Amino acid sequence: MPIEVNGKTLETDEEGYLANINEWEPGVADVMAKEDELDLTDEHWDIINFLREYYEEYQIAPAVRVLTKAVGKKLGKDKGNSKYLYGLFPYGPGKQACRYAGLPKPTGCV
Amino acid sequence: MAKASFEIPKLDEYPEVPPVVPGTMAHSKPYVAKPDFQAPLEFPGELPDDWHDKAIDAMGDLLGKYRSLRVYLDSCVKCGACTDKCHYYLGTQDPKNMPVGRQDLLRKVYRRHFTFAGKYFPKLVGAEDLTKEVLDDWYSYFHQCSQCRRCSVFCPYGIDTAEISMAAREIMDRIGVGQKYCNEIIGKVYKIGNNLGLPEKALADTLEGLEEDVEEDTGVAVKFPLDVKGADILVVTPSADFFAEPHVDGLIGYGKVFHEAGVSWTLSSKASEAANFGMFIGSYENMRRVSLRIREAALELGVKRIIFGECGHAWRVAYSFLNTLAGPFDFLDPKYPVPQHILEFTWGEIQKGTLNIDKSANDDMVVTFHDSCNVARASRMGSEPGGQFKIPRNVIKAVCNHFVDMAPETIHEKTFCCGGGGGLLTDDLMELRVKGAKPRMEALKNVIEDYGVTNMAAICAICKSQFTKVLPYYGMDMDMIVSVHQLVSNAIVLTGQTSEDDEEESTEDAA
Repeated sequence: MPIEVNGKTLETDEEGYLANINEWEPGVADVMAKEDELDLTDEHWDIINFLREYYEEYQIAPAVRVLTKAVGKKLGKDKGNSKYLYGLFPYGPGKQACRYAGLPKPTGCV
Repeated sequence: MAKASFEIPKLDEYPEVPPVVPGTMAHSKPYVAKPDFQAPLEFPGELPDDWHDKAIDAMGDLLGKYRSLRVYLDSCVKCGACTDKCHYYLGTQDPKNMPVGRQDLLRKVYRRHFTFAGKYFPKLVGAEDLTKEVLDDWYSYFHQCSQCRRCSVFCPYGIDTAEISMAAREIMDRIGVGQKYCNEIIGKVYKIGNNLGLPEKALADTLEGLEEDVEEDTGVAVKFPLDVKGADILVVTPSADFFAEPHVDGLIGYGKVFHEAGVSWTLSSKASEAANFGMFIGSYENMRRVSLRIREAALELGVKRIIFGECGHAWRVAYSFLNTLAGPFDFLDPKYPVPQHILEFTWGEIQKGTLNIDKSANDDMVVTFHDSCNVARASRMGSEPGGQFKIPRNVIKAVCNHFVDMAPETIHEKTFCCGGGGGLLTDDLMELRVKGAKPRMEALKNVIEDYGVTNMAAICAICKSQFTKVLPYYGMDMDMIVSVHQLVSNAIVLTGQTSEDDEEESTEDAA
């Protein structure tokens, strides 16, 4: 189902992931979060921005451990765990946060 | 956990066979693969006009190739022994999730086209034409079978519903009706080397990160080598071990065991995946193509042995089929089994006494063990019958003081599937996954209440991810699920290890 972002229509796949990662803009995350009835805070954006930076370098979403380690370094050890991330993204940081960040969904036995 | 849009089953104290409610899961079907996901597997992208004839031809082809399929389709006498054995039936009450109900979806078309009575007196023998409605039913219900083979343990004729499901999925793939989850993933294995689509650079970075973490924790430089030519052992493990939790804690455990054993080992960026979803879709050609990567990697790296990490169906493919799919492995060292399971290796080292174990490191846990279907019912470990049950438990008991088994009718060869195996570990089947986990959740809840179990260990990437997802639906903590080698990792005291615990202990000693 396509989504409307700032007057533009962007294609998504069946599961709501952006069809073309190059079409991403911050408004994409806002629109998707609104559909999930989630308010995006600075804490959410920290994660989304990190995911995008990592993807740019490695062409894949970071492993949960890489993500929690990076969050722990940046925001303090108490936040460097998957509980904190699930608190922010209840559908799972790997999947929900990746979707907001425009990244393809991690596939496989995860 | 996300809010459920379906009713979560209530856990019963004793397993009860629920009454039949037809059609409860008729709406459940995974996303269909787009043409782009079909092409790398050499399947057509869309349903052709002559799909009916093509499907019947495909069925005939499979019947000719696999004698077992014809025997399974011919021999059912409707005794009913299987009806209450499938976790998906127990969780959904849908009679088409009874193994016989599922088999009959294919059997009725088989009878119509491949038996004398079905050709001439279809109504008398329950034979039916393959209509679009029947095809839709196939797509729905053959993606509600995790190919766990529990039903076959109870069938007096040994009919293997998994093989029937695999055949049905292969027939559907050949007429362009593939499942997105499996087929997209197999495409990624061909293109990038693993299910995740983890490129070499990211893999190298992840492994480097693990080396840093372990050194930080222990003060010992445990290596996680990648593409090291001339290493003795090639380790092939599910890519989830590089990515997800608690999988990665298991991978750390393998690394520590190899380090202490003093062997040289390597991972491979080419064979950076143990899983072989070719089996789930019943495609011999794709299963073979996925397997050949392992052979190629072993030859290129010049290793002497191959060891598989914690992955259930990979071990079935490795143990039961690898030699015919990708053999002969005459270039490997004949002193060792081809291939070997990481648990066989670790158990060997424990018996030799090369590992310094401090069991008290796991004293905060009371552990139970979930037998993974493909390990339990389709393979073995070690040289004795039942080794696949004993060796994982032996290893757990060697590193944990507190171990309790779940009810006997839910473990060993009667183990219940986690609910996410066989290519069903996808979000679009979440309702099925949650409901199918019910029997395992009941058995787990009982040992939690009766024995204070705190954690369940598993040796399969799918089981670990599935439980992480479904435990919260049943009010349990996602962190309950642990890797067996995570327990090993906790308990190993590395040579020269310094840890916070040691420092605390020495302070206590001084006091």
